Amino acid sequence: MHRDTKGWIFVGPFLAVFALTFLAPIGYAIYLSLFREQAFFGGNVFVGLDNYADVIADSKFWESFLRVLSFLVVQVPVMLILALLAALAIDSARLHGASFFRIVIFLPYAVPGVVAVLMWGFIYGDNFGLAADLNNLLGSTAIKPLSGHWMLPSIANIVTWEFVGYNMLIFYSALRTVPEELYEAAAIDGASALRTVRAVKLPALRGAVVIATIFSIIGSFQLFNEPNILRTLAPNVITTYYTPNMYAYNLSFAGQQFNYSATVAIVMGVITAVIAYVVQLRGTREAL
Amino acid sequence: MKTSHRHGLRRLVAVGAAVTAASVLLAACGGSDKTATSSGQAQGSPDAVNAALEKGGTITYWSWTPSAEAQVKAFEQAYPNVKVNYVNAGTGNDQYTKLQNVIKAGSGAPDVAQIEYQALPQFALPGSLVDLRQYGFDSFQSAYTPSTWTAVHAGDGLFGLPQDSGPMALFYNKEVFDKYGLTVPKTWDEYVAQAKKLHTADPKKYLTNDTGDAGFATSMIWQAGGKPFSTSGKNVTINLQDAGTQKWTGVWNQLVTGGLLANIPGWSDEWFKALGDGTIASLSVGAWMPGVLESSVKGGAGKWRVAPLPSYDGQPATAENGGSTESVLKQSANPALAAGFVRWLNHDGGVKPFLASGGFPSTTADLADPAFLDKKSTYFGGQQINQVLTSAAGSVVKDWSYLPFQLYANSIFGDTVGKSYQAKTDLDAGLKAWQDALVSYGNQQGFQVNG
Repeated sequence: MHRDTKGWIFVGPFLAVFALTFLAPIGYAIYLSLFREQAFFGGNVFVGLDNYADVIADSKFWESFLRVLSFLVVQVPVMLILALLAALAIDSARLHGASFFRIVIFLPYAVPGVVAVLMWGFIYGDNFGLAADLNNLLGSTAIKPLSGHWMLPSIANIVTWEFVGYNMLIFYSALRTVPEELYEAAAIDGASALRTVRAVKLPALRGAVVIATIFSIIGSFQLFNEPNILRTLAPNVITTYYTPNMYAYNLSFAGQQFNYSATVAIVMGVITAVIAYVVQLRGTREAL
Repeated sequence: MKTSHRHGLRRLVAVGAAVTAASVLLAACGGSDKTATSSGQAQGSPDAVNAALEKGGTITYWSWTPSAEAQVKAFEQAYPNVKVNYVNAGTGNDQYTKLQNVIKAGSGAPDVAQIEYQALPQFALPGSLVDLRQYGFDSFQSAYTPSTWTAVHAGDGLFGLPQDSGPMALFYNKEVFDKYGLTVPKTWDEYVAQAKKLHTADPKKYLTNDTGDAGFATSMIWQAGGKPFSTSGKNVTINLQDAGTQKWTGVWNQLVTGGLLANIPGWSDEWFKALGDGTIASLSVGAWMPGVLESSVKGGAGKWRVAPLPSYDGQPATAENGGSTESVLKQSANPALAAGFVRWLNHDGGVKPFLASGGFPSTTADLADPAFLDKKSTYFGGQQINQVLTSAAGSVVKDWSYLPFQLYANSIFGDTVGKSYQAKTDLDAGLKAWQDALVSYGNQQGFQVNG
């Protein structure tokens, strides 16, 4: 009993902050999601799970969900493979100026996200941007990164550019923890460089890959900054419900539908949690 | 959001916290009631305003007009007992979002805020603004143009005094017009013909740009005589297929489907560039545009001219495009003093500093002032542009009203009508989709919407 209280004293400060900043907002969002307040007339009424039923039947929500899902399925593997190749190259000790490449690849991550998107917006502009210059050079009008079908790949390109360096660093630091003896043993066994990668380095990276994948999945589902900023350049392509987060944001700040917005956020949070959990389970099981 | 959440290690511990981001935001604005503070409902009178100005106090003022700082300084000189905290809380929607949040939170609102005419009903009808008739401000009617006076009303109430106005006119690049032998159009049919002529002569040039802009579309429907929105208490009628609306789409569809509109969103960097280098040869826009051109499109100096907006029958007819009022918030602890500030800003001493910063007035006396009327603008090649613009102020089509949830309506314009623009197809289909979305939103918010 005595021991228990002592423990609580140590954990207390953390728990207090955790409860205040994590549990309370989630609790409040759940509370909000059970009501429906009319911004103009009619006041606030308890509606039980009605909002959830509406979200499940909301084609806008599912459209935005499927959009980020397809984004995730394509962008995350591309980004992680690029990051992996970069990490292996830098770790290989055959690269001249490895630390230079490491910092250059990492640099985009240090650029504030909003600035990065604005910069890419200028590059993508097909009236005056780099895209326009390329079109002029080639005498074509084919390059339109901000048009309907190109938009999602264009956003994926920005996100990849931003986060390859970050993921590379995760992989690279995992590679640095591989004991030197393993490489020596591989060398004595006459393993080629590629064979060393397959038999020593990749297994050592598994944990890092699982972590990076989970981060990337969460990041993809929370996609917001990039489309929200590009929206000013392509308002008709990027709708107010382009991604689930944008949908929640616009519901609450343009439509004053706070309750429904909270419901969208919770449903999206649960879906994200489930998918991330499955990935984590699968990742750790394979590691065993 | 992506940046900050992709890497939170804590996410791994509690993946469920993915919801947190959104819920924190929501928590910040989810105050549960909207009880108006009782002080805002106190009965006032013209004398109360004068007494409050004399007695003094402190008020907070939110505005994004470039002249705000000069106006506040001049006001504090005239009334040394009053201290005004001026805050630029963002332009347009950015400020409205903050304003809506503090109104919902029940505290933190400014005493006086700038609100565009199109946004006024959204704040006035739920009871967030003070009806200024109690201070006798309804006696100022003759000081303002009829269209702006109508615009500061919602229902019967008077919820602000007009700051400026934006009667629409045709701004055109004379250099481009001369080079390609275009004539300044008097009717929209002529306008379409010029658009074709220019784009055929040089496929890189367009008579105008339009990627779908709710403010522009509603103004154009207004000019065509459409009355798609009407509100009476809880009852709202939405009809975006009325004769006026179809008159506009009848013309504009030709430009949309013919690919005759530059795909450059307004107010983007590309837009300012295109206005300067002749890519966009004309704009149908409010009378506040000269100040914008002069400060942001330096390359167009000497090239631009102003003409009356084309109409359907060649007779003068125009609409308001933009323009703002200053309103007193219900949350204000000293509404009489706030009202006094508004009276000074838009009726008395504040008008001159506003005009000095390039604003276009809503006050009839200033519109008729020879010094204003006959001023030659060097940017416009010495043209007396105010002659054209003030005559536009007198030919605004009457009886227009915006929706009580116009800001929300504008926010989803791109989702609906924008799709027609993007696909270069019939705008009427997009307008119907917009209407359907607005009807269902209005009904959800407690209105009885017919549409």
